[in-house]
Amino acid sequence: MAIEKTSVVVISGTLERLQMAAMVASVAAVSGHEVTVFLSMNALPLFVRGTAVRAPAEGEMGVLMQSKQVPEFKMLFEQAVELGEARILPCSMAMDVMGVERDQLEGYLGEATGLTKFLADVQGSQVWTF
Amino acid sequence: MGPRMIVDGKGSFCPGPLMELIAALKQVHVGDELEVLSTDKGSANDIPEWVRKVGHEHLSTTEQDGVWHIVVRKAK
Repeated sequence: MAIEKTSVVVISGTLERLQMAAMVASVAAVSGHEVTVFLSMNALPLFVRGTAVRAPAEGEMGVLMQSKQVPEFKMLFEQAVELGEARILPCSMAMDVMGVERDQLEGYLGEATGLTKFLADVQGSQVWTF
Repeated sequence: MGPRMIVDGKGSFCPGPLMELIAALKQVHVGDELEVLSTDKGSANDIPEWVRKVGHEHLSTTEQDGVWHIVVRKAK
C-alpha cells in the first residue's frame, strides 16, 4: 500500500486553529502518514524560541480550552516529529519578513522552506488548511 | 511478559492519552500489555481505533467511576 500523505498549512496564530492543526498533524503522524506541516503568516511568530507571543483564543471554545488540561499545541507538533514521520517546516518568506534565522526557531522545526518546494513535496496528498 | 504497564492519561484531553500510550509502547516489548487510564470519553473511543489501524491488539475497554481503562497488547 502506498504511504498516505497528509499536509497541513497553518497561517493563523489563534489557539483553536493551531490546536486543531497540531491534532491533525500528530494523530496522522502516529497513524503512519507521512506528514508535512507548513507554518507561515501569523502562525510562525509563535514558533520563535523563547517568544512572549501567546496564541489568543478566537472564541468561546478557545477560552474554555485555556482552563482545561488540553495538550499544548507545540508539544503535539513536537510529538508528531518524535513519534511519527512528520516534518514541521517554517515558511522562508515569513522568516524573511520577520527577520529570523533558522536557529532562532524551535528545535523540532525543519529547514526553511519555500512555496515551490512545499508544493512539489506535497503533490498528491490531502491538504488541510488552518 | 512483564507486568502490565499503567499509562495514566487522566485529566488530559484528546489526543493526550493516545500520545502517552504511543510513547509508552516504545518502552515495552512485543507481547506486553498496557492499560491506559483516561477521563476523556473521546479518547476511550479513539484509542482502540488507532490500535486496530496500526496493528496492535485491543483487549478490553471498561469504565469505572468516570475513568476508562483501555487494555492494549503490543503486537509488533
